[in-house]
Amino acid sequence: MTERRSMRLTVNGAVRTAQVEPRLNLADLLRHEFGLTGTHVGCEHGVCGACTVLLDGATARSCLTFAVQADGCAVTTIEGVADPDGALHPIQAALARHHGLQCGYCTPGIVMTLLELQHDLDGAPIDEPALRRAFAGNLCRCTGYQGIVDAALSVLNAGAAEPCPSPRPDPAGKGHA
Amino acid sequence: MKPAPFSYHAPTTRADLLALLAAHDDCRLLAGGQSLVPLLNLRLAGPAHLIDITRVAGLDGIARDGEVLRIGATTRQRRAERSPLVRAAFPLLSDALAHVGHVATRNRGTIGGSLAHMDPTAELSVVALVADATLTIESARGARTIPFVALPTGPLATAIAPDEVLTRIDLPLWPEGHGWGFAEVTRRGEGFAVVSAAALVALAPDGTCARAALAVGGLVAAPARVGEAEALLARRVPRDDRIAAAGEAAARLPAESDLYGPEAYKRHLARVLTVRALRQAVDRARGGVRD
Repeated sequence: MTERRSMRLTVNGAVRTAQVEPRLNLADLLRHEFGLTGTHVGCEHGVCGACTVLLDGATARSCLTFAVQADGCAVTTIEGVADPDGALHPIQAALARHHGLQCGYCTPGIVMTLLELQHDLDGAPIDEPALRRAFAGNLCRCTGYQGIVDAALSVLNAGAAEPCPSPRPDPAGKGHA
Repeated sequence: MKPAPFSYHAPTTRADLLALLAAHDDCRLLAGGQSLVPLLNLRLAGPAHLIDITRVAGLDGIARDGEVLRIGATTRQRRAERSPLVRAAFPLLSDALAHVGHVATRNRGTIGGSLAHMDPTAELSVVALVADATLTIESARGARTIPFVALPTGPLATAIAPDEVLTRIDLPLWPEGHGWGFAEVTRRGEGFAVVSAAALVALAPDGTCARAALAVGGLVAAPARVGEAEALLARRVPRDDRIAAAGEAAARLPAESDLYGPEAYKRHLARVLTVRALRQAVDRARGGVRD
């Protein structure tokens, strides 16, 4: 069966088109057709979270999403997170600072999960048990999670220590979060 | 780890959806895909036709209609979880949804998809059973409604015929001021439940149970009501000894050993979790706990 369908989606702000077999998953579209290999594929059945991307702003397992299901959607991958000038997003910078990664295989998925969490919290503080529940769907074999927890709390609760909490971590505060 | 080839259909109207179901054998319906796509990736399922129902107009949405909460089958779990309407009208569902998978799977997974998949440990099945949910099932032959209790026919098997589609879930509302409770044990912090329990309690002004409903999931292929416990609570004050007795009744439900634990362990969980869920529900009904 060689049925192929035309589709169009926005990836990291750029409109892309593709002709895909319906069984092609979104992770493989991003990696094999568009060369965006930052989205990692681990278990391919929705358990490990390495392939997490933002689909219309909400996290999704790209291994459990067929590319055709993303027709007309906006996808954000890890390649679209840092500033175009190369400056890391505060979440990425904090993961590096707190040793929140070793091999880095799970890191893109964890960054996408934390981006959504940061958006949902909208400046509200989060405690450690709630944070651990929030990224329980992202497995890491290296760090033992503590570095990831420290990094995430440092960014997500950065506003709480300031005299006038801002709803989002101030981009100017990169490196000091 | 890649699915076998299939033909993909993405109807946008209910009529087209029902016509596709009538025209093709060997179809599977794709909603959020969070349970079906793993089966396809592992090649445990390999349908010739996959019908994506998430673009069909009118199959999603949440509305209160008198004393019933109506939820469209393709409503995403995360949307229902965060819905102020659900939180106000049926808080048990809001609380149980927070235990379903992870945020990333709830963003995609649907209410109807979880019920129609009929995983023995699914939290939403326990809620649907304890709530006496009614399901609307449609095909080109017409529409019918069934109580949720008539849906399961075995592990991952339901009374939905090959040419039918689950389109709506109706939850009859409990009186204002009712109490609710949900408790589960998972192998790690989040993810699949081994056993889960749900409780609903409405108290009369004299403190006796006007209504009590209890259900436990994960023991066998489908969740079960704890009828013996409901009977012993009826028109009585839910004292601690009666809550404990309700737990003992849950521990007498049929249970089967599986990968997640032996029968005796599951019965133990049924007892402990029923007590926890019922205690939460009673405390809330008495006004002792407020979210």
